[in-house]
Parts: sequence; structure tokens; C-alpha cells
Amino acid sequence: MTKVSVAKEDVAASGDLVVLKSVNKHFGALHVLQDIDLTIARGEVVVVIGPSGSGKSTLCRAINRLETIDSGAIAIDGKPLPAEGKELARLRADVGMVFQSFNLFAHKTVLENVMLGQIKVRKADKKKAEEKARGLLDRVGVANQADKYPAQLSGGQQQRVAIARALAMDPKVMLFDEPTSALDPEMINEVLEVMQQLARDGMTMIVVTHEMGFARSAANRVVFMADGKIVEEAVPDQFFSNPRSDRAKDFLSKILHH
Amino acid sequence: MFDFLEGYDVLGAFWTTVQLTLLSAVGSLIWGTLLAAMRVSPVPLMRGFGTAYVNIVRNIPLTVIIVFTSIGLADIFRVTLGAADDFEALSFRLSILGFVAYTAAFVCEAIRSGINTVPVGQAEAARAIGLSFTQVLWLIVLPQAFRSVIGPLANVLIALTKNTTVAAAIGVAEAATLMKEMIENEAQTLAIGAVFAFGFVVLTLPTGLFLGWLSKRLAVKR
Ligand SMILES: Nc1ncnc2c1ncn2[C@@H]1O[C@H](COP(=O)(O)OP(=O)(O)OP(=O)(O)O)[C@@H](O)[C@H]1O
Ligand SMILES: [Mg+2]
Repeated sequence: MTKVSVAKEDVAASGDLVVLKSVNKHFGALHVLQDIDLTIARGEVVVVIGPSGSGKSTLCRAINRLETIDSGAIAIDGKPLPAEGKELARLRADVGMVFQSFNLFAHKTVLENVMLGQIKVRKADKKKAEEKARGLLDRVGVANQADKYPAQLSGGQQQRVAIARALAMDPKVMLFDEPTSALDPEMINEVLEVMQQLARDGMTMIVVTHEMGFARSAANRVVFMADGKIVEEAVPDQFFSNPRSDRAKDFLSKILHH
Repeated sequence: MFDFLEGYDVLGAFWTTVQLTLLSAVGSLIWGTLLAAMRVSPVPLMRGFGTAYVNIVRNIPLTVIIVFTSIGLADIFRVTLGAADDFEALSFRLSILGFVAYTAAFVCEAIRSGINTVPVGQAEAARAIGLSFTQVLWLIVLPQAFRSVIGPLANVLIALTKNTTVAAAIGVAEAATLMKEMIENEAQTLAIGAVFAFGFVVLTLPTGLFLGWLSKRLAVKR
């Protein structure tokens, strides 16, 4: 009892971790993010869902400043995103990112992939970095693959290494952009399980995914995007069983039939 | 049969060729890599410089560049490269400067094509863990780019080996200079030509084979 209430107070005291205010982004004439307002509390798990081209990836990439925005503001842990340079690099290290296509460094071993950022960005010494990397690889269940190269691993194993690589930076928030959509069906669960465990451990997460099982069991909130706008926000059960907007109803009827 | 070789330091001349090649190769690899880094840099001024350099230098005949180092740099601008009184050493150093300036343009383009083979996701993932632009380039992109262009770089190196004969134009005592001298003094011109042609094949063939093998061994698997 006491433990729970202490944790709750912590959340309230430390407040919002990721805040987007009237964010706009164009690709040429295409208005991909339209007045996006989104606030994510510490420890919250938010699933972003929506049709292809609705701007989900762009949203994630904007939060990590892999894409610039045209107007509005994005703040991480109270600090606005710097424009470029060293400070931006430091802030990026606080935001872990997991890509659909894994993007493990192809010329480095699994272990080196997880050590690199610790050494080059966090300036950890090699021994500590290796220890931590091995611990993380163990946590995501690929400790025995440490000395292999990414191409020698299955997609599911590569994605779990990518999660470990991001975690090695001790990020404040983790972004996942369709982490399981490039995977063979039998490998999806091993990745989702790792993410579920992460959510249980209290990690703040923004997850673009169409895996409804994950959304229902791990998410605090579902954000539905269409045509560059946030159309609907709700707790998962309510969203999936009783969507309010027509766009969401239409979208859900399509993915539920597959 | 080979008595026409007597009295000539063929090996010594080839040793000069090897020195010209190796020193120029190291120099142009470094300068070419820096040029490639400039050409992909986010700073417009650097990109502009890299692009202009490559397009100008690779379109000037090598002989013109080498002669310029001698007449332009040494005679007009009095560049001495620390060898003011030693004509031989000076022309040796000047020619290396010329080879580096010229070959670097080709090295740069080879590396740049290698950079284009590295998927953008590699650089994005590197940026996402907080690496700076320079770190992304040196730790992630260039190592992969290099491995994919060892073949093309081997071609540049082989071309460089043969190009060193242009140093004869400013009096460096390398293989071609000696060959010219021998052809003027001896009767067996065909045999002399064959000896020197063989010498160059001995230098370039193993280089090509070794780098071909290395390129396969180091290829990045995706
Ligand atoms: N670099 C770019 N240049 C131009 N247009 C782009 C670029 N990246 C994305 N777009 C366009 O922006 C829109 C939103 O793209 P985004 O990738 O954010 O959508 P998404 O919701 O992630 O879609 P998906 O479910 O297919 O991944 C799309 O119409 C896309 O074609
Ligand atoms: Mg996407």
C-alpha cells in the first residue's frame, strides 16, 4: 500500500516528461503534423495508432529531433529541444529510439553495439560498459549472442539487441516505431514480452504499433492519429471497444478484420 | 641475356617508385577521406570547397599538376619543403605533393560512393543514441563505407603506382626515368621495355589480389 502511494506521489511531483505544444511539420506541401498537442507523464505508456501516412513515424522522429519541426515546441523533462549541436546530442541520448528495421551497427558485434554509446556519449569506462551491456543483453534474452554480428541474428533477436542498445543510455523515455512490423509472426511475441517487462518496470514509453494485445495489456492511453492530427485519445479498453470518432471506427474495423 | 642491365640500378629505381607510391597513397588516403567528410558535411562552405576541389583537380592532367609543383611552387613561390639545396630530394617531395593532391580527388569520390552504400538507418540510429555528427561519420559511416570501397580504392592505388612515372617529368629518378635513359644508351629497347613492364606488374598485381581478398573478408554483412 505505502509503496504504491509513494510511487504515485513521485509521478505527481515530477510531472510531465514529454510535452508537445502546437507542433506543426510540413514535407513540402504535405502538412504531416497539424497542431499536435501531446503530454506524456513520467512512467506512462502511450500507444500511437493510425492509418499509414498519418504521421506516426514523423511524430516519433520529431520528439527525438531526427526531423525538425516548423512551429510549436517540444520539451523533454522540462527542457526544450535545442536546435543543433552538442546539447541536442546529449538530449537525444536521453531519448531511446527503436526502429522498425532495427538499424543495428552492421560492422560491430552485438556487444559492441550496446557498449558504443556508453563509451562515446556517456564516457563510461570500457569495463563498466561491457558489464552493463552484458547485463542488458541478458535482460532481453540474447546474452549468448554477444559476440556475433547483427546479420547473424534473427529479426527478433536483432530487435531485442536494439532495445538493449537504447536502454544502455539510461533513457528517460523510449520511442518505439513499429518495432514488430518487420518481424516474422513467430518472433513478434519475444519482442513484445521485452517491451511489456519494460513497461512494468516503469519506463516511460511511446509506442507506435498495431499490436492490440500489447496496447490493451501495457498501455495507459491510446492516441489515434489520422491525416497528421490527433483525432482521439482514450484508455485502451474504451478505445478498442467503443471508439468515438468515425475515423477510428473505420480504422479499427479494417485492422480487426485482418 | 640480361647483360644490358649491367651498370644500371634498376632495383634502386623501382625502390623510388615504391616509395613514391606508398607515401602518396598514405597522403591521398588521408586527404581524400577529409575531402569526402567535407562533401557530406552539413556546413555549406565545406561542401562547396570539397565539390570544387574534386571537380577541378580531377580534370587537370596529372603532368600539368606535377610540372606545376616544380615550376609553380618551387621556382615561382620558392616552396622548399625543407630541401632547399638538394634538388633530388626537393623534386621527390614536390612530386609526392602533386600525387597526393591529384589522387585524393579520386579517393574522395570512391569513399563518397561508399558512404552512399551505407543505409541511412545506420546514421539515424547513431544519432539517436546521442553521437555527434563527427562521431557518426568516423565511428559508424566511414568504417562501413571503407569496407565497401576497398575494390575501387585498389584501382586507385594501382593507377597511382603507374602514375608515379609522371614524376620523370620533373627529374625524379624513378623507374620510368631510368628506362628512358637505358633506351637511349642500349640497343635492346624491346627487352628493356619488357623488364620495366614486368616490374610494374610485379608491383601492382599482388596489390590488386591482396586488396581483392581483403575486400571480400571485410565486407559488411547486412
Ligand atoms: N522524408 C520525407 N519526405 C517527404 N515526405 C515524407 C517524408 N517522410 C514521410 N513523408 C510523408 O509524410 C507522411 C507521414 O509519414 P509517416 O512516415 O510519419 O507516416 P506513418 O503514420 O508512420 O505511416 P506508416 O504507418 O506507413 O509508417 C506520409 O504521407 C509520408 O509519405
Ligand atoms: Mg511509420
